[in-house]
Parts: sequence; C-alpha cells; structure tokens
Amino acid sequence: MSSVRTEELTRPNRKATEEENKFKVIGTRPVRPDGIDKVTGKANFGADIVLNGMLYGAIHRSKHAHALIKKVDVSKALKLEGVKSIITHSDLATLKPTDKNSNVNFFDLARNVLAKDKVLYDGHAIAAVAAISQTIANEAARLIEVEYKILKPVMNIKTAEKKNTPIIDKNIFTEGLKEPAKKPSNIAKKVEFLLGDPDKTFEQAEIVVDRKYSTQTVHQGYIEPHACAASYTKDNQATIWCSSQGAFMVRAYTAKLCGLETSKIKVIPAEIGGGFGGKTTIYLEPLAVKLSEKTGRPVKIVMNRTEVMRATGPTSGGTAHVKLGADKKGNFIAGLIELKYEAGAFAGSPVGLGCMTAFAPYNLKHVKCTGWDVLVNRPKAAAYRAPGAPVAAFAVESAIDELASKLQMDPIHLRLKNCATEGTTAPYGVTFDKIGHKECLEAALNSNHYRKKLKPYQGRGIASGFWFNIGGNSSAEIMINEDGNVTVATGNPDIGGSRASMAMMAAETLGINMENVKPIVADTESIPYSDLTGGSRVTFATGKAVIEAAEDMITEMCKRAAKFWKVDPAQVEWKNGKAICIERTDIEPMSMKQIAKIAFKTGGAISGKANINVKKGAGPGFGLHICDVEVDPETGRVTVLKYTAIQDVGKAIHPSYVEGQLQGGAAQGIGWALNEEYVYSKDGNLMNTGFLDYRIPVASDLPMIETILVEVPNPGHPFGVRGVGETPIVPPLGAVANAVSNAIGRRMTDLPLNPIKILSEIG
Amino acid sequence: MHQMNFAAPKTVAGAVKLLVQNKGRSKVIAGGTDLLVQLRMGKIKPGIIIDIKNIKEANQITIEKNGVRIGAAVSGAVVGEHESIKRNWPGVVEALELIGSTQIQGRASLGGNLCNGSPAADSVPALIANEAICRIAGPNGKRDIKVQNFVKSPSKTILKRDEILTSLFLPDKPNKSSSAYLRLIPRTEMDIAVVGVAASLTLDENNKCLDAIICLGAVAPKATVVKTAKKILVGKKINNDSLATLGMACEDTCDPINDTRGTIAYRTKVAGVLAKRAVQIAHTRILEKANL
Repeated sequence: MSSVRTEELTRPNRKATEEENKFKVIGTRPVRPDGIDKVTGKANFGADIVLNGMLYGAIHRSKHAHALIKKVDVSKALKLEGVKSIITHSDLATLKPTDKNSNVNFFDLARNVLAKDKVLYDGHAIAAVAAISQTIANEAARLIEVEYKILKPVMNIKTAEKKNTPIIDKNIFTEGLKEPAKKPSNIAKKVEFLLGDPDKTFEQAEIVVDRKYSTQTVHQGYIEPHACAASYTKDNQATIWCSSQGAFMVRAYTAKLCGLETSKIKVIPAEIGGGFGGKTTIYLEPLAVKLSEKTGRPVKIVMNRTEVMRATGPTSGGTAHVKLGADKKGNFIAGLIELKYEAGAFAGSPVGLGCMTAFAPYNLKHVKCTGWDVLVNRPKAAAYRAPGAPVAAFAVESAIDELASKLQMDPIHLRLKNCATEGTTAPYGVTFDKIGHKECLEAALNSNHYRKKLKPYQGRGIASGFWFNIGGNSSAEIMINEDGNVTVATGNPDIGGSRASMAMMAAETLGINMENVKPIVADTESIPYSDLTGGSRVTFATGKAVIEAAEDMITEMCKRAAKFWKVDPAQVEWKNGKAICIERTDIEPMSMKQIAKIAFKTGGAISGKANINVKKGAGPGFGLHICDVEVDPETGRVTVLKYTAIQDVGKAIHPSYVEGQLQGGAAQGIGWALNEEYVYSKDGNLMNTGFLDYRIPVASDLPMIETILVEVPNPGHPFGVRGVGETPIVPPLGAVANAVSNAIGRRMTDLPLNPIKILSEIG
Repeated sequence: MHQMNFAAPKTVAGAVKLLVQNKGRSKVIAGGTDLLVQLRMGKIKPGIIIDIKNIKEANQITIEKNGVRIGAAVSGAVVGEHESIKRNWPGVVEALELIGSTQIQGRASLGGNLCNGSPAADSVPALIANEAICRIAGPNGKRDIKVQNFVKSPSKTILKRDEILTSLFLPDKPNKSSSAYLRLIPRTEMDIAVVGVAASLTLDENNKCLDAIICLGAVAPKATVVKTAKKILVGKKINNDSLATLGMACEDTCDPINDTRGTIAYRTKVAGVLAKRAVQIAHTRILEKANL
C-alpha cells in the first residue's frame, strides 16, 4: 500500500527527507488512553453523575400510538410525598413550525421530547416528574392521568399512503411535488436524483432485473440508555452532564427548547456507551433543565431499556423498488430505484441519503433515484450509522447479485466491471477524487475467504457499500505542560477511539511518543465550537484540527527556542521532536522537556490552536463484505459461518480501532439482516421493548469478523485519513441476504431473514 | 409507596415460617434471574423476598441410594461441573446450561426455572423426560410430587403460598439410557426457547427401544409429554421410519400460540424436527457409552 508523503504536510519550513517519510506513531497499536478506566468500571457515563441535593426524574409516556390529549391530570401525582415538580409541553419555550435550520426542526423536537396536544407513538413522553427518590418519581409518573381521544394508528407505509387514512400531522403538505400539495398528507417529501436519461436508455438493456424489497424498523442498540443531569442556578445559567455525540449539539438544542441563550448553558460530556447516530439528538436534557429551574435543585433523568426502545432511535424501515439494466457482457446501462422510508411520527427519514448512496459505488450514466419520506405512528427516526444507505444498498446489491447469476458471472467481476473510480460522477452529482472501491474488490478476489469451498445449504453473498464521509467544524487546542508533556483537547465525544487517534496524530506531528500526549474531551466552555461526533468526520476533520494545532505550537516552540538562543527564528527548525538551530553545530537541539523549562522565561505558557471548518476533501469510503452462511433446511435457522469486511480506510491511524469499526458495523448489519425488527401490536404498541426479544446479535452468534484494511490515502488529509465508521454498516444487509438467497436457491427480499420467514419459504 | 423486606433464613423451617407469616406476599429467591427482572419491570411487588441460598438442603447436591438430589437453588454452573450428573442425565445438564449465558449460569437454578412456571423453561422438559421428583416443604412437613404435575399453567404452580420447593430428585436410569435436550432460538444464547424438546431413551440389549419419554416445551401452556411416543418407539429400532412417525406425533401434541417469538405453524413443525434430532442424540450417547 502506498502511504502519504510528509511533504504533503502543510506546515511551512519543513523539508522532508526519505527518512522522515516513515510514520513513527501512526499505524501502531497502542492501548487507548480511556481504556483502563472503561474496563475497570471507573469511567463515568451519563447515569453516573451524582450531585448534592439531586432530585430524580421520571417520565409519563403514552400507551397509545395515536391519540389526542384531552387532559393531563397531575393532581394525584403532586400529592405524593416527595414529589417536587411536574412539567408538560407548555413548560417548554413556545416554538413555531418555522423554527428550524438545515439539521433540525425545533418545533418537532419540542413536540417529540414532550407531546403537545397529540401523542404520536407508543411511548411518546407526556409529562416529567422530579422527586426526592427514583421510586417516588416512578410512582408519581404512574399516578399521572391522561384523558385521550384515541385515533386510528398509522403503523406502516402502506396504510400511511392510503386515501382517507388518518393524518398524523395536519401541518404536513408533501414537499417536492410538481404541483404544490393542497391537502395535508402523511407523505412529507418527495426527493429525486436524476443522471442522464434512464427511462429511454432501459430500452437498450439486454438484461433487466426488477424487484421489490422491504425492511423493518430497527434500533441502534447502544448499550448505554440515555441519561443526563442538569442544574439550573439562580443566575439563570444551566449546567448539563450527559452522554451524547456532541456537547455543543446538546447545548444548542436544549437552549432552543428551554428558551435560553446558548451561552447560558454549559454541557459537560460524560463517557458515551454507544451512540451510532442515536445520540445526535436530545430527549431528556430540556426536561431536566426545566425541572431543575422549577425546583431549584439538580435533577437527573435516566431512561430504562423499555423507554429507549419505545421512544428513541430508531432508523426507518422501508421499501425499495430496483430496476437495473445491463448488456450481455455485464456492463450496467441504467438503474432506477424508488425508496419509501418511514420517518416515524415527524418528517425527516434519511430517504434522501438512501437515494444518493444507492448507486454511488457504480459507474452508471443513466440513473433515477426517487425517495418518499412517510410519516407513521412510530418513534421519530434518528440517525443510525450511514443513515439511509443500508436499506438502499440492500436492494441494489441484491439486484446486482441477481444480475450476476442471470449473466452467470462472478459477482465480484461484475462489480469490477462497473465500479466507480477516480473521475466517476455519482448520481448525486459529485465527481470522485481518488477512491478505493476497485482496490476493495481486488482484495476480495485475492482473499482466502473468497476461494473457500462451500457445502450444501451453505451460501456466499457479497455486497459493496458507500458512504460520503464529511468534514465540518472542528476545534483543537494543544498545550505543553511544565514537565514537557502535552495535553490535546477537542470538543468531540470519543465514541470510537478518537482520543487514541487524536493523541497519535498529535504525537506524530510533534515527533514525540504517544505516551507523552494526553487527549481530553473538553466541555462547551473549555474549547471553541465543534460539530458533533458523526458523519465519520472526527478522525478526519478534528484530526486535521489537531495536526494544525500541533503545527501552531511547533511554530511557537521554535520561536521560543530562537529567543532563548538569541538567533533569528528563521534559523530554527523542528525535527524529531526537537528544536534545532540550522547551520549551528555548537547549539544543542532542545527537546520539549527543555522548552517547557524555558517557557516562562521566554514569554509564558506555550500552546497551539486550530479552529477550522473543513468543507472539502473528506474522501468517500467504499467497502466490500463477504458473508458465508449455512441454513438449517428443517428449521430455517441461519448460522453465519465466515465473514470478511474489506474497506478502503485511507490511512489507518490506529489499525485495531479501525478494524473494530469494521467489525462493529458488520455485526450491527448482520443483526439488521437476520433478526432485528420492531414488532407492533395491531393497536400500535411496541411488543419487544428489550434485548430479549429485540435480538441484536450476541458475541456467540457471530464468527470472528475478519477485516482487510485497504489503504488508498485520501488526498484531502495530511496523513491520508478517510472516515471509517459508517461505511461498514452499508454492505452487510445485502451480503447476508445474498448469502442466504444463494444457500437456499430463492431470492430473499424481505428483512429480517428470521428462521420463521426462511422456513416458510423453503418448508 | 411499595416497601419490601428481605430475609435469608438458614433453615427450611425458618423459610416456611416467614412464608406463613407473610400470607402470600412473599417471593422466594434463588438466583433471581427471573425474579429480579420481574421486580425491576414492576410486574411483582412482594412484601418480602426470602432468599434460600443460605439453606443447606436447597444448595447442595447429594447422591442418594436410587438417584441424585439437587438443591433447588444449586446454580447451573455447579450442576454443569458435576461428573456423575453429566454422565447420567446429560439432557438435564444441557437444558439447564442453555439458560441465559455464562454470567447467568452462576445464578440460574433448576428450582427457579421450575417455579417461574414459564411454558418455555428449558430445564423443565428435561426434568420431566427424566421423571424428576420435586420435594416440597410446608408447615405440615415434606411432600414429593412429579415435576410433570408441578406447573399448572403459565406462571401458576401447585405450590401453596406457604410452601417452598427445596430440591429435585433424579431417579437412577437403567444402564443403556441417555437423554438430550434441544431448543430453537434465533440467537445462540441469551434467548427464550421458541421450541424446546427433551428426550429420554432406554435401549434393550438388541438396541431396540425399551423406554422413551419425549417432552415438548414452548408449544403448549406448559411442558407437555408426547403421550404416543412410547407406543411409537418401544420395541423398535431408532431409525428414519420410527423417527418420522415420532415427528408427526410431536406435531399432533403441539398446542402453541402465535407471539413475537414464533408462529403456531413454525413451532409445530420445528417441534417434530427437534424431537427426531433429540432422540437421535440420546441414541448416539447410549451407543457411545456402551463402546467405552
């Protein structure tokens, strides 16, 4: 694999030599800085905070999927000894439907955290209680009485689309239609991406596959339930302790919902026990702040698993109709996809992203992708790892598998023939720079896994996946302590080993060992604004900020050395972790330890910073997964025998944690494909609200997920980094479904592929 | 507000006394792998929890003259390391060991699994297939009843409110006997049986079936013995023909429900499949034992 040359580093005054081109820290596998605390139980997660005089919160939730709230009676609950306050939607700031930005509709968010005049899904929060103990709070929540006018629930896309079906939100008029919608609808939006003239080009196709696919609502399945504590003080300032994917996101959203100025809130990030996108929004924080404001005491609210399943997450179930045309040699000619995604009870499914990613791994000149965002009486969809992409990829990768068998072609060769490369224009309009899809396919062909023979009732499936990856706003500060060691601070919660990679990139840039760098996740008052941890952006964008901050500090250290040596700063260079005076052999180079000692004499403490908005160069991620399964023909049960995740990761800063990302994404995708689904009663009540019956895979369900890291350096990053966290959940749905379909000789189009479904197909 | 006491008596008499005093407001805890979950979910609100793990009889394994006696609170992990139980009642051990996961095995017990009264309890069909006997203590002393008669309906047992299950007795088996338990779950562990089947088999000197008990779990309101199994198998070799007939008999015995875990059609079909496989495993175990 090629590696990035250090000339590409942007710092001036640097002349790289061949010797320097070898990374010293990057690519090694040190123990993560947060590891010991996490494995010994010392790390503080969202629920661990305890404050003096703290009250405990509990939430009364709707038992109906769709109903008007006629009356909320809190009188019995308030009479219970130990209950301090109860709030409902009217205690939040008054917002209008127009209170929104490109990321979030605050009017909807406020109605989601506490229902306004209508409950829209089973588990929808209606009122929140603060009491002196959790037991009392729970009992008080139970004593709240709600009078409903029950409405017919709209539980799936088919019902939502029907004429004369109940309307979930009367403010919703379908956007994106040629003629503006005149009546409210459960369809919030139509999106369309068009490249070339697919309708006409299909006529030239010699082989066409045309099929419909469907998937169910699934949850991110993070182990740590949502939790927060808030303290509101007499000077109208609030402090929030919580686990989230972005302290600045929590601050901004909570401020809006509580009617506070952003700066009046301080958010202190706790460790996060999984988010996968599900913690890029808020549920509890405004409730805790308002209850704290009312009671004058800190309030902690922790969800239980049932609440997490009923009211947070999930990602959309959906349907996909794919039509793919090719010539007899296997060249793709045209592709169509129509996606319909459940948004939950508020507009905003990731269907647009599904459309944009569907055909992105391929070089197709004629493509049309149409998406429909459909409201149903289920929880509001939240981001989940590569939002929108897995369902679309499941459909497209299944279609390609079917095409390959029709053409009697190897499915990898078929993909190689059509894969996107540098210069390919994706259906969503972007022309790719250097990308590694082809390299992933080649690595798959050369893998031992792909050569392994299969037995009867065993099947192999392969599928590709694509994710954009993003940049965004990132801040980093770096300082040298009195002992010469370094602290590097960023504003991004560490959900995937980012502290390790920040420390490693800082160490590499400074030319020191990683042990001498302590990475921290700072609170909202200790570091400038950073976008949340998501979009696979942190190692890329925040990493870039860390490198620039380290370079900023190097410049300052060189100046200090020059001052101490009384030479021109232009004569000082940074090399191998030391300041050196060029062309002066009589002056001994100065280590960071020595520079720390002269800091106060030469002008005070030394630090560096970078506040950047990375708009370009994120470098898309492509992956290819190979899955072998065995189907028990008498019970329909699927065993995953062997699984390999291959991905272009740009440059793996810490290969173990990159492999972990690939393995984790594959595991989640396998669960999605085989057993995970929200099961609702016909009245719209969620039937599987715990991990017993919402079956994410356990360790023994999976083989060791093997990984192959392909490194095609991203030209947009000094070390070649690409985001790696999201791409690995895109291929598994298709890989598993293709494997099962090939094992039983029938095309499986409806996920999850649980034993019941498979046996009814073959039995 | 709900208030709850906790007691850990050292004797059966002490536990019974607490049960009498608390008049049906008690819950007995062994490992608590079901009870604590029910408590946390607010499904039960007992006035007192009586822990039986300090009671010797409930916490020991004793080899008796005609079999082995396992304390009601003995954990799966302990039973799973007991050589003679593993050798003579492999179906019971494998059923018990399927409950939960490695961590749960440190707590889960045969007594708890039985008293919880779940139709899907893994160890119950295996106990029934091996003709296990419950020992129950109450204010009037001890009584013994068959495990098969212990559970009445989902969550309901024949235990009176002041009675306690202290141990389970597994009667010795003839020489050429073995047993097996299989269950279907979509996962590999941490799951509840969609279907469970226990088989206990005894062969004669010509390797023809001398005795067979097949018990199905999760396909009826309680674990159910396949009544026709003996008639189908006894006097015959264990082969595809006899097993096919057995499979059909198992399907006929099923009276399952549709729920989030399985459908009627699926449960019925798989019960037959697992029964055939369980009998085959027990059969293989007998032959392997004979060859040792």
